Amino acid sequence: MTNETLLGVDDLTIAFGPLTALDHVSLSVQKGERLALLGHNGAGKSTLFRAILGFLFLNTGTIRIADAAPGSERARRAVSYLPEAVAFPKALTGSEVITYFARLKGEPPRKALELLETVGIADASKRRVGTYSKGMRQRLGLAQALIGRPDLLLLDEPTSGLDPISRGEFYDLVDRVARQGAAVLLSSHSLTEVEAKTDRVAILSKGRLVAEGRLADLAGAAALPIKVRVRAKGADADALHAKIGGRRLNGRLVELDCGTGDKMAVLSRLAALGDVVADIEIETPRLDDVYRHYSKPPAPGDAA
Amino acid sequence: MKSLSRIAAVANTETRLASRNRWVLLATLILVLFALALAFLGAGPAGSRGASALTLTAASLATLSVYLIPLIALLLSYETIAGEIERNTLPLVLATPVRRSEILIGKFLGHIAVLSVATVVGYGIAGAAVTLVHGFDPGGALAWTRLIVTGILLGAVFVAIGILVSASTPRVGTAAALLVGIWLLLVVLYDLALLAGLIVDDGGMFTKTIFPLLVVANPGDAFRLFNLAALEASAPVAGTDGLARSLPFPPALALAALAGWLVVMLSAGLARFRRLRP
Ligand SMILES: Nc1ncnc2c1ncn2[C@@H]1O[C@H](COP(=O)(O)OP(=O)(O)O)[C@@H](O)[C@H]1O
Ligand SMILES: [Mg+2]
Repeated sequence: MTNETLLGVDDLTIAFGPLTALDHVSLSVQKGERLALLGHNGAGKSTLFRAILGFLFLNTGTIRIADAAPGSERARRAVSYLPEAVAFPKALTGSEVITYFARLKGEPPRKALELLETVGIADASKRRVGTYSKGMRQRLGLAQALIGRPDLLLLDEPTSGLDPISRGEFYDLVDRVARQGAAVLLSSHSLTEVEAKTDRVAILSKGRLVAEGRLADLAGAAALPIKVRVRAKGADADALHAKIGGRRLNGRLVELDCGTGDKMAVLSRLAALGDVVADIEIETPRLDDVYRHYSKPPAPGDAA
Repeated sequence: MKSLSRIAAVANTETRLASRNRWVLLATLILVLFALALAFLGAGPAGSRGASALTLTAASLATLSVYLIPLIALLLSYETIAGEIERNTLPLVLATPVRRSEILIGKFLGHIAVLSVATVVGYGIAGAAVTLVHGFDPGGALAWTRLIVTGILLGAVFVAIGILVSASTPRVGTAAALLVGIWLLLVVLYDLALLAGLIVDDGGMFTKTIFPLLVVANPGDAFRLFNLAALEASAPVAGTDGLARSLPFPPALALAALAGWLVVMLSAGLARFRRLRP
């Protein structure tokens, strides 16, 4: 572990009775890095957060936060947390919520209140949380998590239930924080949304870490084909299909798979066809595909 | 220093929530209305000989408080931790540097503050009204002050019980159900059982030795016993039946019993809260 490692999880197992919620999971997050934790409902994402916060008994493994034990005073000073589906008391105003958490964290409330500006809800700071929209409540949650410039931000499904625009703005905020040096671990089960918004992804499936790394590397390792969709001129997909093979999708579209290496070769072959082709669309594998590839159970007969 | 400021932050938020949610107003109103009803609608202290109106109302208020104050205290506190679990704010709070004991003490103090305001204002208004109509007497004023102070202590015991219940279940609904059960058991059924014992025993062993101890062992009865015994020492009040003279121990023991309840319930609450895994 380097001194830039803000979170190190090593061989972590958490069991709730007979249920193994996390199964020998190892991962780490460096200073200034954003790691997205992906996984279906019940994959163990929230359990991982709770273990990192020191709330759970570890069946195996260790967790270090900025070189301190989870739940220790030092770790709690370094960490900020936004739980999933958190509902602040409706009767408090936004600035009262921030003041409260600033006092709990031993930070000056005046400085913490500026964060309402940062997340863009300063106008509503004197209004009760009960009147806030879902997006505003998540921004308030993020402002709360940013109090005292934490070294490690833990955000559990921070954008679930947000519309795409609020979601984008939320990630922009997270991006800004990461650029100031914080390490960010955030979870999501919405797969495409973290694409390009995070440095690395870790995929959990039924408590097991099935993949971890840069998205491009994961896509490469999965060797998922690039899909080329060719639109036939004059709605004559059959003729096109006869020439180039692949899959006939409908009366106008034919789809080809091609590896990353021979993309150019395929394209020049298509260009040489001239008049038969009306249009070409290239679809590179997306996070959804990569995710599906890694989280599907191994087919029977596959070598383990 | 840090610790005190965190306790203050928790207490402050609790009182603010209680006043925003109209609990302070509601609790004060309940106490004022019942106290006024006792003072002016009941058999009426006017015409009684020996004791002043102020003293007599204090005596009946001591009995009424045994029902009202625990109920208000439990209503204030039962949701305090279970509610945070339901709203998922507890893990957020516990992720900050605040200690669990600080959260618990802060919540306790916040609720005591609300209860104190309600009791002082509620009984204060009623006491002032009785004084205006029937006149002032120092003994009566002392009895009201004693009632208010020990009433807050009784309330503190039940706030601590409420916090314990709240830390024992992750569901607000379950906590509410437990609250009703505990109130019935401690405040109503316990007395009925004692009464049944007295009737069956008919002045025997139970009545003379065990009964007084069972009375102080219950927080509500201990509160009533202390107040009535103190009243009796200063003025003859109908209905107390020479209670203080027949006690096998000094009435102050009743206060010690209340303090004991408080310590035990708070410690039990803290122990439960420490074991909670959010
Ligand atoms: N306190 C608990 N007791 C028993 N089982 C639990 C507890 N918390 C979580 N689980 C189980 O652990 C698994 C992982 O849950 P969770 O971490 O919440 O998943 P995710 O956040 O990825 O949706 C689920 O099967 C869930 O039911
Ligand atoms: Mg979850």
